[in-house]
Amino acid sequence: MAQVTLNNVKKIYAGGVEAVKGVSFDIPDGGFCVLVGPSGCGKSTLLRMVAGLETISAGEVAIGSRVVNQVEPADRDIAMVFQNYALYPHMSVYDNMAYGLRNRGTPKDEIEKRVAEAARILAIEPFLQRRPRQLSGGQRQRVAMGRAIVRKPQVFLFDEPLSNLDAKLRVQMRVEIKKLQRALGVTAIYVTHDQVEAMTLSDKLVVMNGGQVEQIGVPAEVYRKPASRFVATFIGSPPMNLLPAKLDGHGIIALGDALLQARDLREDLATGTAVEVGLRPEDIEIASEGAVGSLPFDVEFIEELGATQLFHGQLAGKPFVMQAATGEVTAQPGRLWISVDPDKVHVFDAESGVRLGKV
Amino acid sequence: MVEDRRLGDAIAYIILTIGVLICAFPVWLTFVASTWDNATIINGQLPLYPGPHFLDNYYRILFVGTSGSTREPVASMMLNSFVMAMTIAIGKIFISVLSAYAIVYYRFPFRMAAFWIIFVTLMLPVEVRIFPTFKIVSDLGMLDSYQGLAVPLIASATGTLLFRQFFMTIPDELLEASKIDGAGPFKFFKDTVLPLSLTTIAALFVIQFIYGWNQYLWPLLITTKDSMQTIVIGIRKMITTSDALTEWQLAMATAMLAMLPPVFVVIAMQRLFVKGLVETEK
Repeated sequence: MAQVTLNNVKKIYAGGVEAVKGVSFDIPDGGFCVLVGPSGCGKSTLLRMVAGLETISAGEVAIGSRVVNQVEPADRDIAMVFQNYALYPHMSVYDNMAYGLRNRGTPKDEIEKRVAEAARILAIEPFLQRRPRQLSGGQRQRVAMGRAIVRKPQVFLFDEPLSNLDAKLRVQMRVEIKKLQRALGVTAIYVTHDQVEAMTLSDKLVVMNGGQVEQIGVPAEVYRKPASRFVATFIGSPPMNLLPAKLDGHGIIALGDALLQARDLREDLATGTAVEVGLRPEDIEIASEGAVGSLPFDVEFIEELGATQLFHGQLAGKPFVMQAATGEVTAQPGRLWISVDPDKVHVFDAESGVRLGKV
Repeated sequence: MVEDRRLGDAIAYIILTIGVLICAFPVWLTFVASTWDNATIINGQLPLYPGPHFLDNYYRILFVGTSGSTREPVASMMLNSFVMAMTIAIGKIFISVLSAYAIVYYRFPFRMAAFWIIFVTLMLPVEVRIFPTFKIVSDLGMLDSYQGLAVPLIASATGTLLFRQFFMTIPDELLEASKIDGAGPFKFFKDTVLPLSLTTIAALFVIQFIYGWNQYLWPLLITTKDSMQTIVIGIRKMITTSDALTEWQLAMATAMLAMLPPVFVVIAMQRLFVKGLVETEK
C-alpha cells in the first residue's frame, strides 16, 4: 500500500494533441480517488499513465516514494480492472487469476492459497474451473477483480469497470467494490463518466474536463461548492439549472424581473457584472406568490420518478427543472412560485465559468 | 402446408442426392477400377461393383511399383508428398504467424513498408517467378531434395495476411492485461495469441497441406530422380506410357491412395475447428 503522487503530468501525442495538460494531485495511502469527466477529458489516459500503458510526456508519477515514469507496468506493483474485463478467454477462471502470479514465480501453494482466498471473498468459488465465456457479466467482473486482488498490489486501477453491466448489477457491484477496497485498505484510482459512481465511491473526487482538472475535493464539497460551471452541471442529477443574470448590488442577483439573494459572494464584484446563476433542482422550495426573493416558474410537464417528481418548465424564459417529493406539490402544469436558500445559490462568471464565491 | 413442406423436403433431398451421386460416381468408378485386373478395364467392360484384385493391386502399387515408365512403389511417393506437404504447411504457419505478430504488435521503422512488401508477393505465385526460383534452387544444389521441394513454396503472403487480420481482432486490453500480469512479448505470444489462433492455424494447415499435396508443376521441375517424385507426378507418369499398356488398375489405386491423406487431414482438422469454435471466444 502506498500513496500515489502525480506532479504536473502531461500527455502529448505524436500529432501534438495534448490529451492531459499538466495534472497534479496526490492520493493518500488507502484512499479511493475517482477521476470523473465526460469522454475525451483525459481521465483514462491519466489512469493508463499511472498503469504504465501510456508513456508520460512530462511530469512525474510516483507510487509510494518511487518515481515510476520509466518502470514497466508489471513492476509498478499495480493491478488493473478493465472496462471489458480483458479476461483471457482460453484460460479457466483459476488460471486467469493465477497467471500474473505464475509469471512472477510465486510458489504454487502460495498461488493456490491466494486464489482460493480471493475466490472466497468474491463468492466465485463454484466457477474456478469454468471459462470466462460461461460466466455472466457480473461474474466476469468479479473474476477481473479477483485477478487484481490476488496480486496484493499497492494500487488498484479501475477503468470504467461497471459500464458494461446492467443498472441493477452496477449498483450492487459498486457497493462491493467500495467494501472490498475498504477491507483490503489498498489505494485505488477509479475512472468513470458516471457521476453517481463518482460521488458514492470516492473519498477524493477529481473532476476533469478537456485534459485539465476542474476541481479536486471530497464529494460532498464538490457537490456543495462546485468550482466551475462545468463541475456544477456535471455533478448532480438531474443537472443544475443555469440561468443568465446580473449582479445588482452586493449579494443580490437580478434574474429577469425577480431578485435573488446569494451568500458568500466575492466582495470585489461590480454591480451589473454578467453572471450565471446555478440552482439545483433538489434545492428549490415552494414560496408564496409575490414573496421577497420568489421566482415565477411556469411548469409545462411533470416526470414521475416514484419517490420524487421532476417539474419541467420555464423560468425567466429559460428551461428549468425542479425536483420535489411526490405529493408535496400539486402535480399539474401552471405557475408556481419558488425560492432558494441563499446558501444554495451558485454564482459563476458568465464568461470564464469560474465560481464567484469567497475562497 | 404440412404436405407442401414434405414435398419441398423431398425435392431438396432428390436434388441433393443427384448432386452427391454426380460427385461420388467418379470416385466410386476409380475405386472399382482399382479392384479389377487390367484386361477387364481395357476391354471396356468394367462392372460397377468391386472386383477380386483389391489386395493384389494395392500390395503391388504400394510396395512393388508398376512395370511402366515409373517403377517406384507408391509408398515412397506418398512419403515424399507427405514430407513436402507437411513442410510447406508447418513452415508457412510458422513464418506467417511470426511475421504477422511482428507487424501487428511491434512498432519498428518501415513497419508498413514491410507489410506492403509481404502483401505484394501475393502477386508473385510460383508460376510467375518459376524461372528465377528454379535457378536459385539449382544453384544452391537443392534439386532432388525435400528442401528444394518445400522451401520455395513456403514463402507467400496469404498466411501472414490471414493472421494479421485475426490478430487485429484480439482486443488491446488483453495485451495490456498481459503486460500488467508481467508477461513479456514472447510470453504474450505463447500464452495468449497462439491459443487464441488455434482455429486459424487449423484452417491454414488444411489449406496449405492440400495445396502442398496437390503441387504438380514445381515438383515436376525440381525432381529428376524417381526416388524423389511425388504421388501426383507418379500418377501422371503411370498414365502416359509410350512403350507399354497403361496399367489402369494401378493408376486408379494410386489415385485412391493419393486422395486419402488430404481427406484425413480435413477430417482431423475439422474436429479441431469445431472444438476451437466452441471453446474460444475473442
